[in-house]
Amino acid sequence: MKHVFRTALAALLLAAPLASPAAPVTYALPDESATFRPGPGVETAESNCGACHSADYIEYQPPGMGADFWSAEVTKMIKVYGAPISEEDAKAIAAYLAATY
Amino acid sequence: LGGAGLRAAFADVARLPFANGERELVAYPGKRPLLRLTARPPQLETPFSVFDEGVITPNDAFFVRYHLAGVPTEIDPDTYAIEIGGLVNTPVRVGLAELKSAYEPVEITAVNQCSGNSRGLFTPRVGGGQAGNGMMGCAVWKGVPLRALLEKAGVGEGAAQVVFDGLDGPVIDKTPDFRKALGIDHALDGEVMVAYQMNGEDIPWLNGYPVKLVVPGYYGTYWVKHLSTITVVEKPFEDFWMKPAYRVPANACACVEPGTKPAATVPIGRFSIRSFITSVEDGATVPAGTLALRGIAFDGGYGVTEVDVSADGGRSWQSAALGEDLGRYAFREWTTSLAVAKGERTLMVRAVNRIGQSQPTEPLWNPSGYMRDVVETTRITVN
Ligand code: HEC
Repeated sequence: MKHVFRTALAALLLAAPLASPAAPVTYALPDESATFRPGPGVETAESNCGACHSADYIEYQPPGMGADFWSAEVTKMIKVYGAPISEEDAKAIAAYLAATY
Repeated sequence: LGGAGLRAAFADVARLPFANGERELVAYPGKRPLLRLTARPPQLETPFSVFDEGVITPNDAFFVRYHLAGVPTEIDPDTYAIEIGGLVNTPVRVGLAELKSAYEPVEITAVNQCSGNSRGLFTPRVGGGQAGNGMMGCAVWKGVPLRALLEKAGVGEGAAQVVFDGLDGPVIDKTPDFRKALGIDHALDGEVMVAYQMNGEDIPWLNGYPVKLVVPGYYGTYWVKHLSTITVVEKPFEDFWMKPAYRVPANACACVEPGTKPAATVPIGRFSIRSFITSVEDGATVPAGTLALRGIAFDGGYGVTEVDVSADGGRSWQSAALGEDLGRYAFREWTTSLAVAKGERTLMVRAVNRIGQSQPTEPLWNPSGYMRDVVETTRITVN
């Protein structure tokens, strides 16, 4: 009895991946590793710029793009993508990015 | 040193040929180590050496490009369905099993290329995903013509476009969802495909498992992943990702004077024609004598008819032999041998297609860094 049960169970387990009628498939995304570069204002950037994407979105931009580029990026995040960032924080972040990247 | 620090210190790093071009090589589930541009959402670039392995890009090496971090992490193939609605006679819901069994499958070998492939090589540089030349790949796609699904629902009178949405989405409501549209005639051309297989296997998760829109000859932005909703609409669809995003200057070269803005724009469309040497890397040293060269060429679907190679920086050209024709949307292999004398040599490759289009000798520029297609240069040392 016991033996029969275990054989049946084993058969069931073996068959499970194929026969199960509702078997969701899952995907495990690896952890992110990029961080914001140190500099005055880094905490403000960390707390406002990490909600929607990893820090490598910022890290991999071309170097030395300057103040206009970075303030336009911050404005785009707010106006186009709906980032909830105060005007004061936006200015501080743009200055940090222009000076640091 | 902590574990993370150790990993970072010893991680393989690839260097793309532009400032700030160091990329960690990271193996995502189902993928071999690829150049990681961003982690959340993932953007992964194919190492260029893969293109020398063959004209079909293996699934585990195919590039990945998401826009929004709401990437699905659980999908049930048994309940997965595509909804076809909007301006149709009868809205229909097609389950994955039905898609695979109730419709005549078709296959097409086609290149998918990111609009911003090679953006990192733009001068002056522009913001956005800083890719080398590896945001492209060629695969055999199997699925159902979009036309068959649209005919099943019955396209209504006055339809202008068809809008596509997938399971991936924004993490906050205010960010525009990623949706793309094609003109109704294009959607009904019989070539645009709702694909469920790539190179004979399930489509890899990060390339849009279980169903992806395949738009042969068109930039990857239209190849919606995890395709879940198809909506026929009567007006041009102008959500953020169609306008102002993914637009190119409305002129023949899709270009403007570097640093300037175009007066008018149109949605990005077909690939321009490109060609690459794959067998020799920039900076390589080779022995003097006869140099065997190999590479790939492709275009927006007219078909590559000629590939020429130069070993003297473009002063003289010789034509290469074209490899097997896998269809007008596929990578076309080319091979040739060149006599190379000692010294520094500049190799170049250019392709021509059936309607006479070729590649510019000077790079074209546009503010979004799209459609790079210049004649590529490979510098080698011969000794
Ligand atoms: C509400 C969501 C959200 C927040 C918060 C946010 N971003 Fe973004 N960001 C986006 C989206 C969406 C993209 C486009 C992603 C894509 O296409 O891959 C993006 C892309 C970028 C890029 C790549 C270049 C580009 O323009 O596409 C940079 C740089 C960037 N963000 C910087 C920032 C900075 C700096 C902050 C903080 C001030 C920030 N982001 C906060 C949503 C956000």
